[in-house]
Amino acid sequence: MLHIYCPHCQELREEEEFHCSGEAHIARPLDPDNCTDAEWGEYIFFRKNPRGIQHEMWYHTTGCRKFFNVTRDTQTYEIKEVYKIGEQPKVVAEG
Amino acid sequence: MQRYSGFGLLKHSLSYHENWQRVWRNPTPKKKYDVIIIGAGGHGLATAYYLAKEHGITNVAVLEKGHLGGGNICRNTTIVRSNYLWDESAALYEHSMKLWEGLSQELNYNQMFSQRGVYHTCHTLGDLRTNERLVYANRLQGVDNEMVYADQLQKEIPALDCSKDARYPVLGASVQRRGGNARHDAVAWGYARAADALGVDLIQNCEVVDMEINDGKITGVKTKQYGVIKADRVGCVTAGNSGVMAKMAGFKLPVESHPLQALVSEPIKPFLDTVVMSNHVHGYMSQSDKGDLVIGAGIDGWVGYGQRGSYGIIEHTIQAIVELFPLTSRVRMNRQWGGIVDACPDASPILSETPVKNLFFNCGWGTGGFKGTPGSGNVFAHTLAHGKAHPLAEPFSINRFNTGALIDEHGAAGVAH
Repeated sequence: MLHIYCPHCQELREEEEFHCSGEAHIARPLDPDNCTDAEWGEYIFFRKNPRGIQHEMWYHTTGCRKFFNVTRDTQTYEIKEVYKIGEQPKVVAEG
Repeated sequence: MQRYSGFGLLKHSLSYHENWQRVWRNPTPKKKYDVIIIGAGGHGLATAYYLAKEHGITNVAVLEKGHLGGGNICRNTTIVRSNYLWDESAALYEHSMKLWEGLSQELNYNQMFSQRGVYHTCHTLGDLRTNERLVYANRLQGVDNEMVYADQLQKEIPALDCSKDARYPVLGASVQRRGGNARHDAVAWGYARAADALGVDLIQNCEVVDMEINDGKITGVKTKQYGVIKADRVGCVTAGNSGVMAKMAGFKLPVESHPLQALVSEPIKPFLDTVVMSNHVHGYMSQSDKGDLVIGAGIDGWVGYGQRGSYGIIEHTIQAIVELFPLTSRVRMNRQWGGIVDACPDASPILSETPVKNLFFNCGWGTGGFKGTPGSGNVFAHTLAHGKAHPLAEPFSINRFNTGALIDEHGAAGVAH
């Protein structure tokens, strides 16, 4: 069970209150109409799926209903940091 | 290979079972192979076996990071069925089902394959419509599947609460009577033994740390223990770690790895002679020959490689099981574990060529890989032998995530496999 600090509520809450929305910092193509199939597929389906440090979006479903980002180790499940949408992570994967 | 038989059992009993032949060799790898398969799980071992058996390619190595059959093949809830919605999936899983039906004889290894039926319960009118559609689709595909409604279902599974008093009353179920389960370890060991007997080298404790790729073409893999091992073709069958392998090869996959949990109860008297799955309350259960209840959960919603998941998932699963089978409410759980499943966005696997020439991936089986083991190995062996996809594997190309020709089994396969 993960305990996640919501930066909006500023409280540590149980995982059950949240929904993980997957990899963070995926930029929507600026010109979707002119994307190739490969670019569009890449944006929608292909993911880094790292074994180690991952930046991911979480949604405080049964709390404040706001999104935020989490840096988490996908192997140890340790949460390294929590930061708001629009901010950049301090902890990043090597290489 | 020493054949197993009733007579053999009798003969070896005279020497106190001390002289059985080793089930497989433990060879040191050669410098070069025709085909290297990464990952000695069910699918990898099945691939190796069919490569040797059906395509005559015996200069094959299966490289395994840990011990053989130690990943998802020993962590699943052993359910076998083939009632998928779309023609592409039904064809692939039915191919697998047909292989299951003769597997014990073929491998000379008792798979304990028990066609005890698999029920998918319906709790709403929407569920009923979905499953009826599935039943009709399956009949057109020549796959057995039928509907039973509450009264009949209650007779077939007395322990299942089909009363109107349930929180989510069971209205009926679709049942594939040829479905059932098998002994998961026997699948890995049976394929390993048979492949080894045909000359395949099973290399355990041999971790692949890099791939040797020149001009967009793979020529070998680099291992931690034995350095570079050359190969003409490489098949990657690494389930949850497929993303890591793809990164080595320099591309991304449309998969995410999630923990999937299962649990087993203390052994109790036999009361359930079939497999029951519910998508709606979400849990699935069968009873093993030892009497344990084998219960499967859903995946954790986040990416995880830790082979363990969250407690909340177990709690939800147990709630569902008690809802379906009220008599289990005081049964204690013995063990709980997790495996790492690589899930595709459309809940269908990937059996495909990749951007790297001569490198092929078999992954993305998500939560339903066990049932696919024989079929997956069979078509992937063909893919590796011919350098291009088997007709059954063609629709499962990685390219479908660019062309949009998805095989969307989410509605049909649902979360419960």
